Amino acid sequence: MSEPIRVAVVDYGAGNLVSIRNALRQLGAEVSVAEAPQQLEGAEVILVPGVGASEAAMGRLRRQALVEPIVERVRGGTWFVGICLGLQLLFENSHEDGARMLGLLEGDVEVIPHAPSLPHIGWNRLEMQRPHPVLDGLADGTPAYFVHSYVPVPADPHIVIAQTEHGGRFASVVARDRILGFQFHPERSGRDGLRMLRNTLELIAADRPAAAEMRA
Amino acid sequence: MLLRRVIPCLDVKDGRVVKGVRFVDLTDEGDPPELARRYAEAGADEICFLDITAAPEGRGTLLDIVERTASQVFVPLSVGGGVRSALEMRDVLRAGADKVAVNTAAVDDPDLVKTCARRFGSQCVVISVDARAVPREPGRWEVVVKGGRVPTGLDAVEWIERCVANGAGEVLLTSIDRDGTQEGFDIELLRTVTDLVNVPVIASGGAGSPADMTAAVTEGNADAVLAASIFHRDIHSIEAVKADMAAAGVPVRLGGGNA
Repeated sequence: MSEPIRVAVVDYGAGNLVSIRNALRQLGAEVSVAEAPQQLEGAEVILVPGVGASEAAMGRLRRQALVEPIVERVRGGTWFVGICLGLQLLFENSHEDGARMLGLLEGDVEVIPHAPSLPHIGWNRLEMQRPHPVLDGLADGTPAYFVHSYVPVPADPHIVIAQTEHGGRFASVVARDRILGFQFHPERSGRDGLRMLRNTLELIAADRPAAAEMRA
Repeated sequence: MLLRRVIPCLDVKDGRVVKGVRFVDLTDEGDPPELARRYAEAGADEICFLDITAAPEGRGTLLDIVERTASQVFVPLSVGGGVRSALEMRDVLRAGADKVAVNTAAVDDPDLVKTCARRFGSQCVVISVDARAVPREPGRWEVVVKGGRVPTGLDAVEWIERCVANGAGEVLLTSIDRDGTQEGFDIELLRTVTDLVNVPVIASGGAGSPADMTAAVTEGNADAVLAASIFHRDIHSIEAVKADMAAAGVPVRLGGGNA
């Protein structure tokens, strides 16, 4: 990578940012923490991490006046990476607590169907659904580390690039345009997880001219 | 399907990794973050730190170790030992731990598990139980605390059920009778607990060979196996344990690696 990718990690009080920040720095990204709209300025990618419930998370994003700025920036060509709850927030409605979410992707968030145990915690496999640069170099069946009970159900099945089985099957990696979401924690998924984050940064780097033109 | 985990446990005292046989005779075995990184690289699915520092003034060191570890280790990190309150748990989680195990403190304050589970979520609250077989009463185990030295009179199985009902998301189950002996896990104890609770159970105490660890999963129904000495002394590698499990048809994460 020529110049480090500028990542704004959104801090809205939902879980620790230590792991994801460290992982991105290890990969050479320039990481800043955004608690307010003006701190998104200059970021090439907005990364939303988080664990917990959607309504509480949306409430905090609203109080920090981050909802509109995030949606506008993503519509305007800034990349978005959602991890775990951060992925779920991309969708429309949560069946967990009725939360109305960012609505950048169509579909709702529901509990994992037919799960033998909840929450779903631990290492589970990614079943690759279609080729995507984020999954470059990763074999079908690559294990990743999950901690969650709810999952997104995208209206458009084509955005699901990997799925995972825990009783029922659910979307574990989604991608559309400049939006990426991981239902697991790549920053806790060892070498393979870091590979996905590295792929993500490289994808964003390759898209720089086009993204810059769109933002201009 | 969830994969079964292999977890090396690092006993930490005053900022250094130690491991004793039956909790005595401690010998110094290195720097915690460096060992954790080495294990993650070797395929550990999770790293467990058990802080056995007695003096309260030694506690700050633990947070520093957790932070240094979390900055270079990219698999989940569990921390146990000496966490006495929700506030202390918060500090350990903020330093970068994914889960915190409580043991003696949960016995002293039965509301601790509930408070922590409500505040941080069940996924990061592990109830750590040291169980000792009750002499002449087969099928009964007693909870012992303070590193296995002090009996509590609590029935281990009932205690575990209560903690899980209160929101513990995982059980770290150590057989004090087997700990440090390398004679194999207490399969009967494991079986009794895994039949009863619906949260993951980590088998601990007695690992002597890859076959022991496979048996903890195939016969004891453990979701994860934890060991210290056999890994630290390079008697068996994590890779060898996983190969044995895979050969027995247990789903495991092969390859692994840290960064």
